[in-house]
Amino acid sequence: MKQLLSGNEAVARGAYEAGVKMAVGYPGTPSTEILETMAERHRSVYSQWSPNEKVAFEVGIGASIGGARTLVTMKHVGLNVAADPLMTFAYTGVNGGFVFVSADDPEMHSSQNEQDNRIFARFANIPFLEPADSQESKDMLVAAYEISERFDTPVMLRMTTRISHTMGIVEVIEPLQPQERKFVKNPEKYVMIPSNAKVRHVVVAQRLIDLAKYSEQTPFNYIESNGSKVGIISGGVAYQYAKEVAPQFDYYKIGFGYPLPLEGIRQFVAAHDITLVVEELEPVYEDQIKAAGVKVEGKKYFGALGELSPSRVAKGLKEAGLIDKVVVPEITQEDLFPRPPVLCPGCPHRGAFMALKKLGVAVTGDIGCYTLGVLKPLNALDTCICMGASIGNAIGMEKVQGSATGTVAVIGDSTFFHSGITGLLDAVYNQSNVTVIILDNRATAMTGGQEHPGTGKTLMGEPVGRTDIQELVRALGVKNFEEVDAYDFDATLSCVKRQMATPGPSVILTSRPCVLMPKRIMDEPYQIDLELCNGCSACFRISCPAIAASTETNERGHAKAIIDETLCTGCTLCAQICPTEAILLKSQFAKA
Amino acid sequence: MSEQFYNILIVGVGGQGVLLASEIISQVAMNAGMDVKKSEIHGMSQRGGVVTSHVRIGKKVYSPTIQQGEVDFLMGFEKAEALRFVGWMKKTGTVVVSHTTLVPAIVTSSKEFHYPEDAIADLKNKAHNVIDVEADKIAGELGNPRLVNTILIGVLANLLPFEEKLWVDVIKSLVKEKFVAVNLQAFARGREFIWGGGSPPPRRN
Ligand code: SF4
Ligand code: SF4
Ligand code: SF4
Repeated sequence: MKQLLSGNEAVARGAYEAGVKMAVGYPGTPSTEILETMAERHRSVYSQWSPNEKVAFEVGIGASIGGARTLVTMKHVGLNVAADPLMTFAYTGVNGGFVFVSADDPEMHSSQNEQDNRIFARFANIPFLEPADSQESKDMLVAAYEISERFDTPVMLRMTTRISHTMGIVEVIEPLQPQERKFVKNPEKYVMIPSNAKVRHVVVAQRLIDLAKYSEQTPFNYIESNGSKVGIISGGVAYQYAKEVAPQFDYYKIGFGYPLPLEGIRQFVAAHDITLVVEELEPVYEDQIKAAGVKVEGKKYFGALGELSPSRVAKGLKEAGLIDKVVVPEITQEDLFPRPPVLCPGCPHRGAFMALKKLGVAVTGDIGCYTLGVLKPLNALDTCICMGASIGNAIGMEKVQGSATGTVAVIGDSTFFHSGITGLLDAVYNQSNVTVIILDNRATAMTGGQEHPGTGKTLMGEPVGRTDIQELVRALGVKNFEEVDAYDFDATLSCVKRQMATPGPSVILTSRPCVLMPKRIMDEPYQIDLELCNGCSACFRISCPAIAASTETNERGHAKAIIDETLCTGCTLCAQICPTEAILLKSQFAKA
Repeated sequence: MSEQFYNILIVGVGGQGVLLASEIISQVAMNAGMDVKKSEIHGMSQRGGVVTSHVRIGKKVYSPTIQQGEVDFLMGFEKAEALRFVGWMKKTGTVVVSHTTLVPAIVTSSKEFHYPEDAIADLKNKAHNVIDVEADKIAGELGNPRLVNTILIGVLANLLPFEEKLWVDVIKSLVKEKFVAVNLQAFARGREFIWGGGSPPPRRN
């Protein structure tokens, strides 16, 4: 049967068809929908969110050693978090097949960097597969389990945003029944004390030699002959772009990307006048091929930054003298205002940012919706490095600048559970005077509202006890703890001031949930009395999408404000800061 | 029909239903026996930012994204967003745009940026075929501002070679049950939309 599936949905379908028993991960764009699809459509598989990628990876390792086929999912930067278990699991090898997805984000549509994780597979000495569409995402995942079990290795399925979020037609089949594997005690294989690890490293080296042989004959690496004198070596979405603009050339399509089929490539290159490597981001293939003494070119023409596109590939081919025409747009582009994403109307983070902005302190930020607080006109953040970094950043800054200047770390609840806890532990241990605001909106909101230990529900929808952040924080040794309603501007402001003045680490917990999740919160909307509004623009600067400029202006020609009542959630923040009290509940207008 | 290729770019603002619209179109194309790829960018953009979705329909589709300059149909759920992407069109392409106006906070809070005076006129200056629809108004009449996307799909359906029944079936299967009836109404309103002034854009079938 044919279905229209995104790359991520196809991976989930593949896991189901491959007889996976356990699927685990941490949400992160563009990988999130894989596990969401598991929980929604393939409920016979046990699926869970873990607090972070390292834990997810470790849970997955346990399941594999226990004998089950296992899927672990994450975005590219998530693999940095899980790198520790990965590097050693590559030594022990698997029992039940183990495949993890690294969903890379070329162009950084929703990420803090665009690292190419194909390099990670090479670093860890493990194979990776690189699908070029939804059908391959499914097929390669299923095959990856066979490779994993046959060669006793974890396997990486490397997706990118374009593959994860592109829908294509997929032929689906009934699930396989993989042979049952039992847990067998084998400390020489699974306990990596130095004496065992030294033995395993030799096994890893041999495995790479075996995998290289496999790479030469796997059907995922194949040649498409069109009788051309020009050869293209390509994989992933880059292959699709190249086929789009130059279907007439010969192709060596790479699906099994490490180790490369260097012997086959050598012959392919020898049979062509010129061979180019077309790949997105880093010259991973190109460097290895060149290192093998085979003459190819690539990055010179296509560049190593950002996403490729048919246009970029066409330009590169033209520069290389291989095609003579590229599409030139006939209509000139319009230079328009930017439309960056913004915090939702009524977002509970807004109040905390308004208070921090007013105090003018240094604010170390983290990964989540609240990272949007850095944009104009809120301008409320000074750093954003990686998940959980805000608290560590704040400690460092406070240690060198002194507590008098004031440093505040903001971190979301999901991010706090992910890797903020250890940062806070550091603050307690090393007696830092940081103030940490845990923006508890009770969801992993950035990625669409996934559950986490603080929400009281699992990925599969089971109710569970929720981790109490206050108790957790106190158990870590934090003495100063306060909860505040971030919709109450004055209370938030004075709370931050107070906690910044107290010595030692302090934690402020905000109490308002995300207005979108789990269900949309709408209270009575506010409206603006244009007679009272003096066009001071204070309410514009809190960046609420419900507030816009009206057509009326004040005597100095500045626009007065109006509120879109279908968007306003009634959070009250704008009303609290309006100096003329022009912002009133809608019902108050009816009376007036 | 198999020789035909359709590059459709759908643009709008987070929350306007760009992704559902592109899914409907893709599903119809698949059911009609065509190859199809649909590629979207979301993530941070679901918070009121720009959302784009590329839909490519043909006998065999390689690239999931359209080359700039190769768009046959530009669907704009917000008029300034349509203008932002008009440079992606083929000269002979058709724009289907709603009069919907969404002015972001960054424009209202600074003097640096301006919302275009008359985005529809600007579009008409740049592209040959512009079908502008007061979809925001029609959606209001139907009682739900979120119907802009389905109304425009109805208009687009006039320009694509797929049967009515395919559209209706897909809308029924993809829209939440309690919204099916009103979405079918919205689709019908789009279907019967008559563009005023000038000749209608060329039919592709
Ligand atoms: S999704 Fe929730 S947390 Fe994120 S910006 Fe919107 S209201 Fe705020
Ligand atoms: S803060 Fe009050 S007075 Fe100032 S622009 Fe807004 S509504 Fe008008
Ligand atoms: S009350 Fe004011 S700040 Fe809050 S959502 Fe409504 S318009 Fe925005």
